[in-house]
Amino acid sequence: ANRAILPARSSRPMASYGVPPALGVAPEMMEEISTGTTIMACQYDGGVVLGADSRTSTGTYVANRASDKITQVTDNVWMCRSGSAADTQNVCAYVKNLVEEHNMQRRGDEDPGMADVKLVATITQQLAYRNKDKLSAGMIIGGWDRKLGAQVYGIPLGGSMQRVPFTVGGSGSAYIYGWCDNTWRENMSRADAEAWVARAISLAIARDASSGGVVRLVTIHDKGSSRTMLEPRHQSLCESELPVIPRG
Amino acid sequence: RGVAAPPPARTMIPTRVTHNPIIGPGVVPMGVDPAYDAQYAKHGAPTRHVASHGNGRPFVVEPATPNTNTQMPYVTGTTVLGMKYKGGVMIACDTLASYGSTKRYKSIDRVKVVNSTTIIGFTGELSDFDYTMTLLNELSTTDFCEDDGKELSPMEIHSYLTRVMYNRRNKFDPLWNSLVVAGVKNGRIFLGMVGMIGQHYEDSHIAAGFGNHVARPLFREKHSDDMSEEDARTLMESCLKACVMRDKSMMNKFQIAKVEEGKAPEISEPFSVATEWNLRSYHNPTEFAPGCW
Repeated sequence: ANRAILPARSSRPMASYGVPPALGVAPEMMEEISTGTTIMACQYDGGVVLGADSRTSTGTYVANRASDKITQVTDNVWMCRSGSAADTQNVCAYVKNLVEEHNMQRRGDEDPGMADVKLVATITQQLAYRNKDKLSAGMIIGGWDRKLGAQVYGIPLGGSMQRVPFTVGGSGSAYIYGWCDNTWRENMSRADAEAWVARAISLAIARDASSGGVVRLVTIHDKGSSRTMLEPRHQSLCESELPVIPRG
Repeated sequence: RGVAAPPPARTMIPTRVTHNPIIGPGVVPMGVDPAYDAQYAKHGAPTRHVASHGNGRPFVVEPATPNTNTQMPYVTGTTVLGMKYKGGVMIACDTLASYGSTKRYKSIDRVKVVNSTTIIGFTGELSDFDYTMTLLNELSTTDFCEDDGKELSPMEIHSYLTRVMYNRRNKFDPLWNSLVVAGVKNGRIFLGMVGMIGQHYEDSHIAAGFGNHVARPLFREKHSDDMSEEDARTLMESCLKACVMRDKSMMNKFQIAKVEEGKAPEISEPFSVATEWNLRSYHNPTEFAPGCW
């Protein structure tokens, strides 16, 4: 069928934005059964920071409280995945394979393990666009390469691609658009950018029930990439919440 | 020559029926409440089938009354847990009201005191619970005005709520709640639940909402009626921790309310439970499993 993939909220007759769905109905009838996520990426002076929460929920049940939504595609390019877990995993697997094949033919031995960020993003975009009626996958590609430096590409549902200085995705993103727009600055330092991303995701987790758990951060720059995990007690505390007690 | 008027009743002072006709049915004897009778004066329905003493009126749904069909809950509370222990009973829940997937109100009281012997907690629609509390407050006020030192017992409140919930369900206009009623009176420790279709039961431990799946196995394994209060509290906190880990619309901020014989019900200040996140495999889940997710 040539049904355009619209965001889950508007594709069902009863649910419009802001009206919560009925609880106590079958999971298939519920919104966001697997899009529950907050992902984001931003460019800073010399690299990119990718961030994500770690909650996978099916209906109300938290199936995985420590899932890893930021996946490495090549040494210098990572991808944030939101939407159907199955769809994004398989798209990512295809992208890894296609990028590797492409590079074998085109780059030979030059910079093994690296890939142009735009290449990865374009391949992802083609997969998302050509299968738009079958996929429910929103992805963010972030990385650093020698040609264009630090880049972030957003590939939402539908398969469009946009290079952006920062972007957010997933169900939790709705809660932080305003805050991000208000506090974003160009050319932040690495520490500032990581703190900014971590804070944004904490704010989304504070209000989105489908996001939660730990905050994962991946920083990519010219020398390589590194990943960290922020436990709930290291995340910023939001309104009406109590300090988190570590299990000792 | 008319029949002499019947002598004035010298038994109890008839109480005015307090509940709203919507939630009925009260079988109200004729003459007790003229205002109530007036509503049914125009109904010519046959009454032979109603109540053995012959004085009752059949319940009829008023077409002009506001339609408050709750077919979909909007602002909801999640799990409520309850358990008996030696000398008392406790109820625990978080302080979150969700609006679908949004964690909207984070400091609401989902467990409330009904009277000096009873507490009640809810899951489901917040507005329907507020309405139920209005009914219960009316009952408590009536008790207070009687000024005879008698209050409704937890069992009576549970029974009343069962009727209310079941009758609403019969009109396809349910109060979208599961209510957990707990209390201690005259040495009898009571803990029971009433659901939105009128299903009700009493048990040593109760779980409503998601806790049905997550907390009940823990209760079954570890609970006993003569646990000390500290043990009960520890068990309750471990159940709350399990629930908050696995229920997405729950937050790590809880209140525990308890009732013991002879003491006023107490509701604790909000507290949180300790959780473990610093596991090796959480840092890099696919470290030893390349190709996995």
